[in-house]
Amino acid sequence: MKTLAELEAIRERMKGKVAVREANDNTIRIVVGMATCGIAAGARPVLNAIAEEVSKQGLSETVTVTQTGCIGLCQYEPIVEVYQQGKEKVTYVKMDSEKAKKVIEDHIKGGKVVNDYTIGAYNPNL
Amino acid sequence: MIRSHVLICGGTGCTSSGSAKLHTRLEEEIKAKGLENEVKVVQTGCFGLCALGPIMIVYPDGTFYSMVKEEDLPEIVEEHLLKGRPVERLVYKDKAEGEEAAAEEHYSLNDTAFYKKQMRVALRNCGVIDPEIIDEYIAMDGYKALGKVLTEMTPEDVIQTMLDSGLRGRGGAGFPTGMKWKFARASQSDKKYVCCNADEGDPGAFMDRSVLEGDPHAVIEAMAIAAYAIGADQGYVYIRAEYPIAVKRLSIAIQQAREYGLLGKDIFGTGFNFDLDIRLGAGAFVCGEETALMTSIEGKRGEPRPRPPFPAVKGLFAQPTVLNNVETYANIPQIILKGVDWFRSIGTEKSKGTKVFALGGKITNTGLVEVPMGTPLRTIIEEIGGGIPNGKKFKAAQTGGPSGGCIPAEHLDVPIDYDNLIAIGSMMGSGGLIVMDEDNCMVDIAKFFLEFTVDESCGKCTPCRIGTRRLLEMLTKITDGKATLEDLDKMEELCYYIKENSLCGLGQTAPNPVLSTLKFFRDEYVAHIVDKTCPAGVCKNLLKYSVISDKCFGCGMCMRACPASAIYVTDYTAPGKKKPAVAIDTDKCVKCGACIGTCKFSAITKK
Repeated sequence: MKTLAELEAIRERMKGKVAVREANDNTIRIVVGMATCGIAAGARPVLNAIAEEVSKQGLSETVTVTQTGCIGLCQYEPIVEVYQQGKEKVTYVKMDSEKAKKVIEDHIKGGKVVNDYTIGAYNPNL
Repeated sequence: MIRSHVLICGGTGCTSSGSAKLHTRLEEEIKAKGLENEVKVVQTGCFGLCALGPIMIVYPDGTFYSMVKEEDLPEIVEEHLLKGRPVERLVYKDKAEGEEAAAEEHYSLNDTAFYKKQMRVALRNCGVIDPEIIDEYIAMDGYKALGKVLTEMTPEDVIQTMLDSGLRGRGGAGFPTGMKWKFARASQSDKKYVCCNADEGDPGAFMDRSVLEGDPHAVIEAMAIAAYAIGADQGYVYIRAEYPIAVKRLSIAIQQAREYGLLGKDIFGTGFNFDLDIRLGAGAFVCGEETALMTSIEGKRGEPRPRPPFPAVKGLFAQPTVLNNVETYANIPQIILKGVDWFRSIGTEKSKGTKVFALGGKITNTGLVEVPMGTPLRTIIEEIGGGIPNGKKFKAAQTGGPSGGCIPAEHLDVPIDYDNLIAIGSMMGSGGLIVMDEDNCMVDIAKFFLEFTVDESCGKCTPCRIGTRRLLEMLTKITDGKATLEDLDKMEELCYYIKENSLCGLGQTAPNPVLSTLKFFRDEYVAHIVDKTCPAGVCKNLLKYSVISDKCFGCGMCMRACPASAIYVTDYTAPGKKKPAVAIDTDKCVKCGACIGTCKFSAITKK
């Protein structure tokens, strides 16, 4: 390595890989339900799609992808919840990897909640 | 796609409680569950809570597992890594006072009382990055400071920054780092050296080891910065051979830095050359003294020499040399990057920044803590350290190892910095902090440290070689109950004599443990001399074991436990008891304490 630019390139390349270890209060938290019910309903590909998309879009520093246990709405799994400080929690239900990509694109990047996938759209009475 | 990182501590503390094996088993377990492309296991440096090792943290949620066993791994992988449910029974809990049930559970390390009051500057990457991968250090802004220094700053700018920051040597004496660099820069010579003192010899101190194990590149980067500032092109890290993990990680780090061109010729294309080598010390305490250390690097017997000339003028191979401690170096890249104002905002008026302490002795959370200068001892012991176990009372804290002194309970609220510690008769030293409770005898503690300095005195100068030995003899006389009050005065006089006349820091500070215990716990010395008793019940020769015959049931358990057959049956049977009581033949008694351990009726006392 002979230049600062090369050092910067390594930093940029690595940053996303270690960002997972930083707990930051200002981040958006995407939580995937990964209890037995969630996994059975296909939460694993959803989680992987989200993690991949977040990294691909360069959002690793502001978005934390994590998992949780059973939320209690097993029939609606896979469930993905988005927590953002100062905003109401958004719960997406019956997710798949395609839907997950759209959520990242529209909601996380664009700031627009994908209403069609939310729990309210499936069951307004809940 | 990696979505989760499992960090396992690979520091010496956790390695000795089996973390290396845990690492291998965890990787096998993850593979068995087919998660190897989703979960990554990372070996890091010390997290600080060594007493609870092996320690494991799962990110992104930051769940903090302590005392993990191999048989717990399948459950952690199955429940947490696969299903996302932290295994509650293994999550670290603050040891709240009293009831176990009241203990708070903490999923994240940062929420624990142990971490909340800490501020990590020197240890910022320890327990976060994999020290054997240079890219991870670079991701944490590593070598950015070196880049900035080489391309944007003149050596004078760097030295001015160090002077302005107020950074003082973390090795013990607290000499301003910027001044050292300024003197070395001012010395004219075509060859200069930069050295790092990693000869951490204080009993109970291990922060330098942890920095080298957890973040070796920070030290390499800082040494390159120092070299640029003073005009050196060669550096040496003097590290003790007893630190095999630190030596290995540092060697790997140096190799990686060379491959990346961060050490070697023409760094960043600026024409600046710097290379670094390791020199292993054989573990002599005196080699932590700067002149002795450099003599040792030269390949000679590690003995100190008089100063001046100071190393900045005539140091290693008689050339101008800068020698700083590991922890001092670990602060430097941060000061360059975050600026003087940031660093000055931490700490007290004359001591800036943070200090790492190695907590040990009678304390719940044994481990490594980093706090801003000026933090009261009470905060460190009671809040971060979790207080004293088994409901015992705090008696004193020993700082600075064999060079330091004791801080009694009445000074618990003194804000800890270099000057305040000296004012109360102790010193910062390298930052060992040993906590003592009411079961510790202060005379015995002083004796312990004196035994250490007597062993470690290099013998070059008489006050230290003979003086410390005489001092130890006097202390032994006291603990044997053979001393007079006159001896106490003589002892004090000898202490001052050794302090004033010794050649190097070892002898000059060796009497400190005696002087400070004499100052704060004179009554204990007097009790040993006049009453011939040891109030804490430690000094064997002053103890007498006896049986409270009215409490004795005559069961005979103690007779079976006694290795010296010193317990015999008497004629006396206490009212309400069926068998005759026993008694102890003090001539035969070896004071091992076995009888006290077996007696169910607390009928045996030692006084």
